[in-house]
Amino acid sequence: MSREELEKRFQEKIDAEIKIEPKDWMPERYRRNLIRQISQHAHSEVVGMLPEGNWITRAPTLRRKVALLAKVQDEAGHGLYLYSAAETLGISREEMIEQLLSGKAKYSSIFNYPTLTWADIGAIGWLVDGAAIMNQVMLTRTSYGPYARAMVRICKEESFHQRQGYEIMLTLARGTEVQRQMAQDALNRWWWPALMMFGPSDKDSVHTAESMKWKIKRKTNDELRQQFVDVTVPQAEYLGLTIPDPDLKWNEARGHYDFGEIDWEEFWRVVKGNGPCNHLRMKARREAHEKGAWVREAALAYAEKRRQRQQQKAS
Amino acid sequence: MTQQEALFQYLLRLGDNALILGQRLSEWCGHAPVLEQDIAITNLALDLIGQARNWLTLAGEVEGKGRNEDQLAYLRDARDFHNLLLVEQPNEDWAHTIVRQFLFDQFNYLLHNELQHSTDERVAAIAAKSLKEIKYHLKYSSEWMVRLGDGTEESHNRMQRALDALWRYSSEAFLTDEIDQLMAEAGIGPDLHKLEPLYHQYVAQVLDEATLQPPTDTYMQRGGKQGLHTEFLGYILAEMQFLQRAYPNMQW
Amino acid sequence: MNKDWPLWEVFIRAKNGLSHKHAGSLHAADAQMAIENARDVYCRRNEGVSIWVVESKYITASDPEDADALFEPAQDKIYRHPTFYNLPDEVKHI
Repeated sequence: MSREELEKRFQEKIDAEIKIEPKDWMPERYRRNLIRQISQHAHSEVVGMLPEGNWITRAPTLRRKVALLAKVQDEAGHGLYLYSAAETLGISREEMIEQLLSGKAKYSSIFNYPTLTWADIGAIGWLVDGAAIMNQVMLTRTSYGPYARAMVRICKEESFHQRQGYEIMLTLARGTEVQRQMAQDALNRWWWPALMMFGPSDKDSVHTAESMKWKIKRKTNDELRQQFVDVTVPQAEYLGLTIPDPDLKWNEARGHYDFGEIDWEEFWRVVKGNGPCNHLRMKARREAHEKGAWVREAALAYAEKRRQRQQQKAS
Repeated sequence: MTQQEALFQYLLRLGDNALILGQRLSEWCGHAPVLEQDIAITNLALDLIGQARNWLTLAGEVEGKGRNEDQLAYLRDARDFHNLLLVEQPNEDWAHTIVRQFLFDQFNYLLHNELQHSTDERVAAIAAKSLKEIKYHLKYSSEWMVRLGDGTEESHNRMQRALDALWRYSSEAFLTDEIDQLMAEAGIGPDLHKLEPLYHQYVAQVLDEATLQPPTDTYMQRGGKQGLHTEFLGYILAEMQFLQRAYPNMQW
Repeated sequence: MNKDWPLWEVFIRAKNGLSHKHAGSLHAADAQMAIENARDVYCRRNEGVSIWVVESKYITASDPEDADALFEPAQDKIYRHPTFYNLPDEVKHI
C-alpha cells in the first residue's frame, strides 16, 4: 500500500473515532507529536511533585499532611501511567528522562514558580489542577488508545485534587485576616501563570492545527482557557477573593467572561528556562536520578544473581 | 505514676514513632531513586502518619485534657516527644533509609503482634489494624535489605555503612523503664524482654541473607523514649510545626 | 550507562468472580518487586484483590496487519448466535 493510501486510511479511522493502538500503522509525525506531548505531560507530573512536595513536611495539620502526601503521590502515579503510554510508541523511559534532564524536553512552566506560603498549596490545587483537569478531560477522548486510557485513570484519581485545594482556600478565606491575605496573595501570584498553562494563543500555536486534525487535542488552547476562566471566576467570588485582572468582566453578548491580555513575554521567558525555579527543579530531578543510579543498578544486579542461582539449582 | 499517666506516655511513644518516621519518609516524596519507589515509600509514610493519628487521638482521650492529634503533634517540644532515637535519624541515602526502616519494622511488627491482644480494647483495635500495614512494611524493607546487601559492591558497602551507623539505635526499643513495666503488668503492652531474642533472631536471618555483618561491641544509645533525643529532632519539629507556631490558634 | 528496569504488564482482579484485567505497566527489577510496585501503583484505591504481572517482552501480540484475516471471517458466522434460530414464542426455557 502506498504511503498516501496508508495516510488516507489512517485519517479515515481518526475521523470515524476509531482509536489508534500501539502496533497500528501511523504517520511518523503523529508518532513523534504524541511522544512529544505525552512525555511532556509525564515530565510535568513528575516535576509538578516538587513545588507541592515542598510543603509536605510543613503541612499545618495531620489531615492536611496525609491529603497532600496522597496527592503528590498520585502525581508520581500519573507520571508513571503517562511514561508507560509513551513507551508503547517505542521510546524508553530512560530516554525520556535523559531528554528532560538535558533540557531537550519541556514540562509545564507552571511548576517553575515557587510555593512561598501554605496558601500556595491551596491555590495550586484549585487553579493549577483546575486548569489541568480542563485539558485532561478533553484528552480522555484523544485518538491514541493508551494515552486516552491513561487519561481516564488520571481523571478519576484527580477528582479529589482540586477539591483538596479549594477546601484549603476556603478555610483560609474564612479564617483570620492574616490567612485571608495569604489566600489573596497566592491567588495574585498563581492566576496568570495558571492561564498560561493552556499554552500560546491559537494564532501562535505551532502544534494546534495538526493535533486537532489527528484528534490528539480536541479543543484549542484558547477554547480551554476561556472555559477555565468561565468556571473559575464564580469560585473566586464564592471565596470572597479578587482575581487580579482589572479587565475581567462578564460579556453578555458572548456568554463568556472577557479577560485581560496575558503577559506573553513572561510566558516565553519561563518556557525558555528563566522562570524563578527552572534551574532548581532541574537540579532536584537530576540529583534524584543520579543519586538513585546505584540503587537501580544494584536491584538489577541482584535480580540477575538470583536468576543464575535458581538456574544452577535447577540443573 | 498512675496507670493512666503511664498509658498516656506509652501511647505517645507509639504515636511519635509512627509520626516521626512518617515525617522522615515523606521527605523522599519527589526524590526517590525511581518513580515506582516514590510511590512505594510514600505509601509507607501514609500508613505511618495514619497510625500516628490513631495513637495520638487515643493518647489525647486518655490524657483527658481535651488535646487532639494536632495539638499533640504540633504543640509539644522535643523534650515531650517519646519516639525512639532510630526513627529520627536522617534519610541520608536509600541505604540508610532502608536499614532504618528494617530495624524499626522488625521491632514494630513484634510489638504490634502482641499489642493486638492488649487488655485495653482501644489499643488492641488500633494495633490489629496497623499490624497489616506493618507486616507489609517489614516484607518491603526486608526484601530491599537483601536486594541491596547482595546487589553490587557499591550497594553492599553503602548498606554495611548504614548498618554500622544505625546499629547503635537498634536496641533502645527493648531497654525497659517504669512505663514499659507498668504496661506489661496491666497486660496492655508486652514484656519486651521476651521479644528481644526474637528480634535478634529475625534480624540476623535477614542480615545473613543480605550478606551484611552485624556490628559487634556497639554501645546502645538510649533516651528517646524518655524524651532525651538526638539533635535531629529539634529540626524535624521546627519544620513540621512551623505554621502552627508562627500563626497560633488558627484553623487550617 | 543507565539502564531501565524491565517493563512489566499488570493485570488486576477487581474482586473474586471477575477475571484479571489489564491495568497498565510499570518498571521493576524482578517479579516480586513488580507485584509490590503494582500494588502501590495500581491498587491505591482498593482496585484489586489479586495481581498478575508478566514481563512485557513475553507477550506476543497479533499483528494489526493480519486483523482482516484473523477477525473478519467471524463476522458473517451469524449461526453462532442464538438469534439466528427461529423458534415460536410458546416454547419456553430455551
